[in-house]
Amino acid sequence: MTTRPRYREESSFKIHGGCGLMGICDESGELMSGEDAILAMAVQHDRGNGLGGGFAGYGIYPEFADHFCFHMMYHDLRAKEETEAYFDQHFLLDLAEPMPTRPVKGITDAPLLWRYFMQPYPNKLEESEMSGEDYVVRAVMSINASIDGAFVASSGKNMGAFKGVGYPEEIGHYFRLEEYEGHTWTGHNRFPTNTPGWWGGAHPFALLDWTIVHNGEISSYGINSRYLEQFGYKCTLGTDTEVAAYLFDLLLRRHKLPLSLACKALASPLWDEIDRMPKDEQDVMRSLRAVYGPGMLNGPFAIVLGFNGGMVALNDRIKLRPLVAARKGTKIMVASEESAIRAVMAEPDLVWTPKAGEPVIARVKGMDWPIHGDLHLPPSEISCAVTGTEQSCDSVEVNA
Amino acid sequence: MPTSFIQPEFKVKIDYDKCHKCGRCVQQCGWGVYSFNERPIPDDSKCRACHRCVTYCPAHCITIEKNTLAYRENDNWSPDARKAVWRQAETGGVLLTSMGNPKPYQRIFDHLVLDACQVTNPSIDPLREPMELRTFLGSKPDSVQVESDGNGGFKLAEGEGMHNNVKLDTPIIFSPMSYGSVSLNVHKSLAMAATRLGTLMNTGEGGLHADLYPYQDNVIVQVASGRFGVNPDYLNRGAAIEIKIGQGAKPGIGGHLPGEKINKEVSGTRMIPQGTDAISPAPHHDIYSIEDLRQLIYALKEASGYKPVGVKIAAVHNVAAIASGIVRAGADYVYLDGFKGGTGAAPQVIRDHIGIPIEIAIAVVDQRLRDEGIRNNASIIAAGSIRSSADVAKAIALGADVVAIGSASLMALGCHLCQSCHTGSCSWGITTQKPELTRRIDPEWGAEQLVNLVHAWSHEVQEILGALGVNAVESLRGSRERLRSIGLDEQTCKILGVKPAGM
Amino acid sequence: MAQTKYKTEPIEGYLHVAPEVRVEGDITVINSNAVYYKELNEVIREVVAGGAKHLRIENVNGQRYIGTGLAGKDVKIEVHGTAGNDMTMFMDGPTIEVFGNAQDGVGNTMNAGRVIVHGDAGDVLGYGMRGGRVYIKGDVGYRVGIHMKAYESLVPIMVVGGKARDFFGEYMAGGMLVLLGMNTQFAEQPLVGSFLGSGMHGGTIYIRGTVESWQCGKEVGIAEANEADMAELTPVLADYCEAQGMDLEEVLAEPFIKLTPFSHRPYGKLYAPM
Repeated sequence: MTTRPRYREESSFKIHGGCGLMGICDESGELMSGEDAILAMAVQHDRGNGLGGGFAGYGIYPEFADHFCFHMMYHDLRAKEETEAYFDQHFLLDLAEPMPTRPVKGITDAPLLWRYFMQPYPNKLEESEMSGEDYVVRAVMSINASIDGAFVASSGKNMGAFKGVGYPEEIGHYFRLEEYEGHTWTGHNRFPTNTPGWWGGAHPFALLDWTIVHNGEISSYGINSRYLEQFGYKCTLGTDTEVAAYLFDLLLRRHKLPLSLACKALASPLWDEIDRMPKDEQDVMRSLRAVYGPGMLNGPFAIVLGFNGGMVALNDRIKLRPLVAARKGTKIMVASEESAIRAVMAEPDLVWTPKAGEPVIARVKGMDWPIHGDLHLPPSEISCAVTGTEQSCDSVEVNA
Repeated sequence: MPTSFIQPEFKVKIDYDKCHKCGRCVQQCGWGVYSFNERPIPDDSKCRACHRCVTYCPAHCITIEKNTLAYRENDNWSPDARKAVWRQAETGGVLLTSMGNPKPYQRIFDHLVLDACQVTNPSIDPLREPMELRTFLGSKPDSVQVESDGNGGFKLAEGEGMHNNVKLDTPIIFSPMSYGSVSLNVHKSLAMAATRLGTLMNTGEGGLHADLYPYQDNVIVQVASGRFGVNPDYLNRGAAIEIKIGQGAKPGIGGHLPGEKINKEVSGTRMIPQGTDAISPAPHHDIYSIEDLRQLIYALKEASGYKPVGVKIAAVHNVAAIASGIVRAGADYVYLDGFKGGTGAAPQVIRDHIGIPIEIAIAVVDQRLRDEGIRNNASIIAAGSIRSSADVAKAIALGADVVAIGSASLMALGCHLCQSCHTGSCSWGITTQKPELTRRIDPEWGAEQLVNLVHAWSHEVQEILGALGVNAVESLRGSRERLRSIGLDEQTCKILGVKPAGM
Repeated sequence: MAQTKYKTEPIEGYLHVAPEVRVEGDITVINSNAVYYKELNEVIREVVAGGAKHLRIENVNGQRYIGTGLAGKDVKIEVHGTAGNDMTMFMDGPTIEVFGNAQDGVGNTMNAGRVIVHGDAGDVLGYGMRGGRVYIKGDVGYRVGIHMKAYESLVPIMVVGGKARDFFGEYMAGGMLVLLGMNTQFAEQPLVGSFLGSGMHGGTIYIRGTVESWQCGKEVGIAEANEADMAELTPVLADYCEAQGMDLEEVLAEPFIKLTPFSHRPYGKLYAPM
């Protein structure tokens, strides 16, 4: 794992790439092995180039369901020691252990991978006058920003992100995902077109329990990032995924838009279509487009947003990236190719191509919506947390 | 003593072998260049190279050449500088001119290039796929608040959402040009074209003639320091109201429409007596500070049932802070006019030496409003020498919502940039009130020319959006990432927020 | 279901199982379970070169390029499973029958042959297709029949039995595109999305049922199919029904509309020479 950006300025550039993705959610909350996610990505092997693969699993740590689980990447022991000293100061640690891995051909140059199940020290939390989530975000930010060679891959409850440089099926087996069981899984296959892969730069991007995998290129990146800057977000990685993550944060958490409308703001219907809508709906859509126009994600994309309550898959408004969805019983699955669905879902009840801009939403029964309602940190503090900072994140990449 | 040190600027040459001796040149010239004695005889000293005679000569036998007088070589004292000295020595006057700044300042637009998609993201075909130019002019809220509609859907929460915006089908509008400075037929052409295009014309400061009432939903009515033609009826007719503080061609300068241009119609529209000079004071004497501007903005809103109210300013050094103040004062849009913008009449020294380029003004204002978190509160209109669809796209990429075209729209009606609007004798019938000249423009023809121009530019903007791989103009607006500079210094690039090509 | 589960040492086996080939009567059967597309297509080309005329590929799941660039009028290939992207691209002659769904890009720049899909298919079908026939039984995605073109005796035909999304017949320059809207899983949704025939400047689209004018591209004229049109269409439908096991009379029970471009040069007036 390389820790420092070789070209620090590179973080100000847009990175290109293509990719494949998947997401599966059992709305009943029943758990599935991570092997299904691996299989779904394996059949989409050729959508990536071996420079990045990753997964997020939800409901995978039921024995520590109330603990924040930090998945850590360390460049060296010193980074680990420094980070653990930070944890000691701020968290009540219940378990620290190396991530279980197995040797896999093709996976080399892995960082030190550890995970920690922790809770904020009650007295320190009280002192901070923050919610637990805010407290964790601040910790993530602090580690990524100030501890050289340390990167937080994920930091949510009862979930984790597993990612690195390699094909996703290799990464999945490296992390022994078949040994985990979750109610929701997302997966990603990267095809970056420049920069050698960096473990932290693979998808999914994660903050707390919130993850994003993404295929495509957001041609409106320039204005999306400037729009976000207005609200205090700093887009330091030059990646589409980063702007998508912040836009969801802005629309859902800060502006409290319902999820379906947030999706409509990001993948807006065409004006012609809006003009044909009934009046009330038209008023909402006109305002959404006019107000959030600078945030509209324009250009080809398919995206899966995962969180503890389920997942949302969304396509660009004229369907320039593939996305197939299926349902079988209580399971909903999406992928870039139908074959990925067929690989894990025998005889689905329904297989369909979602309409452009129409989100496919899977909600796990009994889980809370909206997400992250109790996060109160300003975006400037969240930005660094999601991305790592210029110091700790290496060669920028990502997207797709 | 010679009558003048200044020799004619142009030479009018007639090929008499081809000349039909028809006298059309005599009839067409608004400057009285030609006399007729068996054949047309030109007086070079009156020629302004407007090319009306050349265009209308059936024999194509007229050429107008630059009078290449052998001024003694001197890089410091250009012929123009010497001519100005002589003219002022003769007259003691402030040199008056018109149209935009012709000096060879750097043209920043020509040092900016746009991006296109290759492989990693697709370009989009604008002919067959949707390519949306619809733009809303006005203030938008920062967020949209909704509530359940009781049927599983959502409706806007009480009082929420976007209000009082003007819908434009293209982000190109027409600049303010007053009736008085231009003819009524020009105003009608602009108003008819704006209506057909789903965009806006702007009255300028000379009031709204009753003939334009049928097009009033596509008209911005302007309120300037002279308050010509301003009454509640006027304010309520427009789609939006604009307070004119300044103009790119003459920042800080008032206006002066000479009494001879105030004929019956102009008098009625401006609501001043015939033959009186129409004088616009340099400032609004009810605005000596920003809080006074706020007072006027809200007075106009109160009087008009809360129509959008914009403020037009010349781009000057401190434009970012001024624009921020304007937005905070409650303006729904801020109209920035760069220093190459046109005018019907302005002192040459002001036109050529005051103000800053529109490209810089857009960049710093857009960034300032974003830094202050108030960019959604107002639209930005940019003007001041928008010469092509490429300039339109670049202005939008720098951060403008809408561009306004003045000089280009007059060119669509025949203007040849002879810079003589202030004479009131425009041979093309544009900047004149002489009936024999104004009838040269048929509003129906004029509207068609303007519609053609804006359609063509809009198509070209769509082509550019398609190449950029986006299908809505809001995805270009402010997307400076899609611009690169060639041959601009580092500091200018930084101010523009644009990287040099290759980065 | 085409998959192989591994609990130990899994990586090698995911996509790199060698294809098994066996001969049953005059059919050459290839098991493609967990076979990487490259090996699968190598074997297909090998057995076709060796004289096999009837192939059956089992357990297909997402392998790309099946039939891509393949020639031979008398070659018939059955595909069992979910065919991968760019199936039958550049194909020049063979017949491919899919028992399952097809993904994106079927019939891309295809020259000749027949493709019969007994299921749904994805986006961008028949892109630049110049000849041959593609018969999809069910629903299709976005940009289907995009830029189909005809040249002399080469006239491509595509029939879709279900419903289609936006940009159906976009840029169409020639050939025949037919939409039936019958075998669909989307009973509630419109027959076809927006931008129908956008940029169309050649060929014919037949639709069983009606569309709103706002759904159509500005280059397209809508008319009821007349007798001459039906005389052109009916043999195609008969062939389609035979291939898909459908009843021609039922297909013909509803009236068809015909979409044709107003002009072969829709943008002649858009440009002005300098």
